[in-house]
Amino acid sequence: MRNRKGLILKTADEMLSWKSRALLFLKARSTGTTICGVIFNEGVVLGADTRATGGSIVCDLNCEKIHYIADNIYCCGAGTAADTEFTTRMVESKMQLLKLRTGREGRVISALRMLKQYLFRYQGYISAALVLGGVDVTGPALYTVYPHGSTDKLPYVTMGSGSLAAMSVFEDNYKVGMNEEEAKKMVRDAIRAGIVNDLGSGSNVDITVIK
Amino acid sequence: MAGMYSTHMHTPRLVDMKERVADFWKDEATVSNPRKHTLQPIVTGTSVLGIKCVDGVVIAADTLGSYGSLARFRDISRLMKVNASTIVGGFGDYADFQFIMKLLKQQTIDDEVIGDGVYRDAASIHNWLRCVMYNRRSRMNPLWNTVVVAGRDYSGKPYLGYVDKIGVSFEGNSVATGFGSYIAQPMMRKAMEENPNMTVQQAKEVMARCLKVLFYRDCRSLIDSKLEWLQKRRIVFRNRFLLKQTGLLEQILPVMSNLIN
Repeated sequence: MRNRKGLILKTADEMLSWKSRALLFLKARSTGTTICGVIFNEGVVLGADTRATGGSIVCDLNCEKIHYIADNIYCCGAGTAADTEFTTRMVESKMQLLKLRTGREGRVISALRMLKQYLFRYQGYISAALVLGGVDVTGPALYTVYPHGSTDKLPYVTMGSGSLAAMSVFEDNYKVGMNEEEAKKMVRDAIRAGIVNDLGSGSNVDITVIK
Repeated sequence: MAGMYSTHMHTPRLVDMKERVADFWKDEATVSNPRKHTLQPIVTGTSVLGIKCVDGVVIAADTLGSYGSLARFRDISRLMKVNASTIVGGFGDYADFQFIMKLLKQQTIDDEVIGDGVYRDAASIHNWLRCVMYNRRSRMNPLWNTVVVAGRDYSGKPYLGYVDKIGVSFEGNSVATGFGSYIAQPMMRKAMEENPNMTVQQAKEVMARCLKVLFYRDCRSLIDSKLEWLQKRRIVFRNRFLLKQTGLLEQILPVMSNLIN
């Protein structure tokens, strides 16, 4: 073997040990978040806190975690801030192109399909955990998308480090067919629970109502 | 009748008991075998919740002993009455908690035997347990438990404490272990914020709601739970199968079928 510069991984074991060492360097920075969504009788309410953290430091006291996808579709993002930002911007532009091509208002399921196929292609390396909600011709819809590409369709969802605190509020107070005021109050209380009890979440509560 | 209280009958028995007690505590002091150190919990119990009220304390736990993901023992008691002023609840390895219960029972017997009418209160038991847990952790052989100690202290004030397997200990108005600290603690804190002077009855209702949500979201939990409370005036301990009795079971099942459809 000639004297080559660089790393030569000959056996599978060597490759595996380097992969695990590389992952130690590339620790993804999470926003540390509480995001949630709930379906009420006319539409969807999405909520999010506004703290962005880099490790233990608060980077941004008032960042926007509810991203615009279309006039009738919004998406909350937890996980690595850059990943959620760019993923939702990409889907926003694809939805706009779709709207121009079909001449129809976009559907939430289309945005969902684009997101899940994109994230699955990257096998979880794009650390974006999203709550996608909107109202289209088929009615109100609420989905969660996980970094590996799996999705759930549910009446109430929470994501992020504060998700358990927010979910406890939802599980205690959710009922079918709420009106807008009840739904907004419940989302506000859920995000508040995340802000108070989770150290990765804080500052303000953002709420988006789509109906 | 007078013969029953003659001293010559008591002294030999007291000496015997002292020797037996010394043997009991001797086990703790011996050199340990590293191969027998606890590395992982085997049969485990999930969250224990506690709330401190103006007139007492309430603690709750479900009755499941999980063997990994198997619901193996569905009717075990993870709450224990130590003496007239203390109740404890155990999270984590059930065998280690049974050992802790044995130690606490012996403590109460020791208090009886001394015969001066003074029994250890909740604060003393909490402090003693903290020393035990920290000592075991320092010998690299932890008791794999988190214990919630509730009751009254000597002045009669309600007392609620938490001791970890690594010896972390603190008191609080509301405590929760394991999954409960993520799911139930926010609910309990909110309830105490809205009602700082909570009574035992109100706390029991809050606990029932917390246990319901824990059943929804904690895989290693059961619908059947037990709740023990200590009220200031009445030193009475009771435990009940909560959710079936309070009618929350009927509320849960329709919601769950709604989610499936």
